[in-house]
Amino acid sequence: MDSLTLARVQFGFTISFHIIFPALTIGLASYLAVLEALWLRTGRKVYIDLYQFWIKVFSVAFGMGVVSGLVMAYQFGTNWSNFSRFAGGVTGPLLAYEVLTAFFLEAGFLGVMLFGRERVGPGLHFLSTLAVAVGTLVSATWILASNSWMQTPQGHEIIDGRVVPVDWLKVIFNPSFPYRLAHTVVASYIATALMVGGAGAWHLLRGRDNTRVRTMFSMALWMLLAAAPIQALIGDQHGLNTMEHQPAKLAAIEGHWERTPDGEGVPLVLFGWPDMEAEVTRYAIEIPRAGSLLLAHSWDGQIPALKDFAKEDRPNATIVFWTFRAMVGLGLLMIALAFWGLWLRRGRQLFSHRLFLRFALMLSPAGLAAILAGWYTTEIGRQPWVVYGLMRTADAASPQHSASQVGFTLALFVLVYFVVFGAGTAYGLRLIGKGPSSDEGDLPLHGGPGELHQPMRPLSAAHQGLDAEGDLAAPGAK
Amino acid sequence: MGIDLPLIWAVIILFGIMMYVVMDGFDLGIGILFPFFPAKEDRDVMMNTVAPVWDGNETWLVLGGAGLLAAFPLAYAVILSAFYLPLILMLVGLVFRGVAFEFRFKARAGKRRWWDAAFIGGSVTATFFQGVTLGAFLNGLKVVDGNFAGGPFDWVSPFAIFTGLALVAAYALLGATWLIMKTEGELHDRMRTLSRPLVWAMLGVIGALSVWTPLTHAAIAARWFTLPNLFYFAPVPLLVGGVVWRLLRDLRGSGHASPFVLTLALLFLGYTGLGISLWPNVIPPDISIWQAAGPPQSLGFALVGALMIIPVILMYTAWSYWVFRGKVRHGDGYH
Repeated sequence: MDSLTLARVQFGFTISFHIIFPALTIGLASYLAVLEALWLRTGRKVYIDLYQFWIKVFSVAFGMGVVSGLVMAYQFGTNWSNFSRFAGGVTGPLLAYEVLTAFFLEAGFLGVMLFGRERVGPGLHFLSTLAVAVGTLVSATWILASNSWMQTPQGHEIIDGRVVPVDWLKVIFNPSFPYRLAHTVVASYIATALMVGGAGAWHLLRGRDNTRVRTMFSMALWMLLAAAPIQALIGDQHGLNTMEHQPAKLAAIEGHWERTPDGEGVPLVLFGWPDMEAEVTRYAIEIPRAGSLLLAHSWDGQIPALKDFAKEDRPNATIVFWTFRAMVGLGLLMIALAFWGLWLRRGRQLFSHRLFLRFALMLSPAGLAAILAGWYTTEIGRQPWVVYGLMRTADAASPQHSASQVGFTLALFVLVYFVVFGAGTAYGLRLIGKGPSSDEGDLPLHGGPGELHQPMRPLSAAHQGLDAEGDLAAPGAK
Repeated sequence: MGIDLPLIWAVIILFGIMMYVVMDGFDLGIGILFPFFPAKEDRDVMMNTVAPVWDGNETWLVLGGAGLLAAFPLAYAVILSAFYLPLILMLVGLVFRGVAFEFRFKARAGKRRWWDAAFIGGSVTATFFQGVTLGAFLNGLKVVDGNFAGGPFDWVSPFAIFTGLALVAAYALLGATWLIMKTEGELHDRMRTLSRPLVWAMLGVIGALSVWTPLTHAAIAARWFTLPNLFYFAPVPLLVGGVVWRLLRDLRGSGHASPFVLTLALLFLGYTGLGISLWPNVIPPDISIWQAAGPPQSLGFALVGALMIIPVILMYTAWSYWVFRGKVRHGDGYH
């Protein structure tokens, strides 16, 4: 492989690992803020127990997100120096704003959030949780503004072979930014809800039925019910936006090669094998006119076709066709889970229907898988451009690195990431597997910062009751 | 336009890197000192002194990178391609060290030593390659048409390796004096004892670099040893001498915070000396901050945010340190 391919593989590999953790921390930070707010309002102990339980998972995910993100921040310069030189005028300030407004906020208040519950009052501690949650969302906003600008650039001029921003509002609020931001943030919430729900289902299946497990399972399913259908609508709108601004990507997603004659309408290819060499989609299973209906919202509307574009300007349809279908398929399963759950609530079977619980457990990683699939769709669909229409990926790489150099660092990252993130995932799963205990929210008896995190801290005998009655533990609550 | 944007940005980035060096310096130093303190209880305390703040400390490194990309895209592209291998090795070190903070406390007892090793190895590796990068940076980069034109191993030189080792010593001293401030009892006493040889090592390192750098870099020698510069800069080595003298005295005495503060002063002086040697180049030997600057629209836009937000960041960072002030004790549960 040449150094360009290796650099692309390296980028894809490192970002695939990275993207998982911010997605979880965005969702979990908001979930923690909600739990702490509920605890402060109602004084019910179950909420602080859940808070103290999920904060451990959060801290593991956050730690991995920080270190893998650090790699990303430097990769633009190490492997993609021509891109940095060309587009740094836009992406640099956006990244700088992300660091200033989000990373520092998260990092600064994370310490208080993780270790400071006995050092600051409940109000200040809640504000710290809120600051971290807001930080994760602000971070997503800046990084998606930057990514969206690379997908649908505007508000700049090219002077002396460099991008020069002329209208920052246009740069930030570029055409695909609102859709991409909404789609990604909602995806993070869904992925977290599925993981929390899957954890609840696992404990319920093992017969650990208590207020804490029920509360988190129920909250997760309400979240899913609210977010999954909305996500389908946002996705639909995002698709229309892609059709308008990145027609080649849309054609590749649809596996649509040639424009159909007027009045005929475009079929929707459900499944098939887009063949980039032969320029056809083989073995296609189609629904007549559904493509027009879905994308042009009419019986005979036209959608862009791959043959509208020169061969060297087409993204790889074989890949994005399938990653897109993986994302949508998983999304449909999530919606099914959400509504099935709603149905079971009527018969009070939500916590006992074993098939449903198994389904919820099975789908617990589906949100993260869908995020990866969606991310591949949008990023591989942008090819062969790194900045759509402005700079080709092939021109973006650092010219001076040999294949062996990039290959060596790629191998190093693969090795390190599997060790580090493999262990991290194992620790996260082990924490989830232990489940929230009834004394989770109690303050430790001794010690300084950090002790909250130590599994060997003495178990308190108090608060062993599993029911909701008598579980008041908020300051001032009676 | 009267505002010199590249100049202001150079100051911001220099400030950011200095913040990084003094803040992540002491928590990296803790990893470097770990091998001398094998007992689990000691290691728990050492780590817990920085657990609530290390993440914020490391963010200054990201600000350095992002600021460089925002203000000097050319320098970002050249420097990061030139130091490809040392920077990636530094990142790998930081990955291991960063996750060790969490994993160490979550691992079963048998696995903990692996994460202790990751913490030590990660801290030493990250520090060493930061120093190597700094040394190689001082040596200068070969740039043709705005591209790095050297080879993948241009950074390897005795000077760069020595700078790497020098930084390990410097961070170790920072870590030791930080722990003098944050611990008590036997651990505190042992840190005090350990700090004295580290101060001497540090003095040797500064001395060696002060001789070595001007000997091999004519431009830097000219900067320091011509009149009237000699008079302006003479306070730097004099101050170094004064600080070292106070530091050795306070380590024998009973000051808890002063050794750390004095070490910070020492590092600050070294950093100033470095700045004097390099100014105004962002890529030595001859590309200045004005030549490498990005479009003024980018610098101006990012500057508004930086000037408004950095003071706020400093305030809540200070608050967070204040929340976790005081000594960290051996937890009662350990005994």
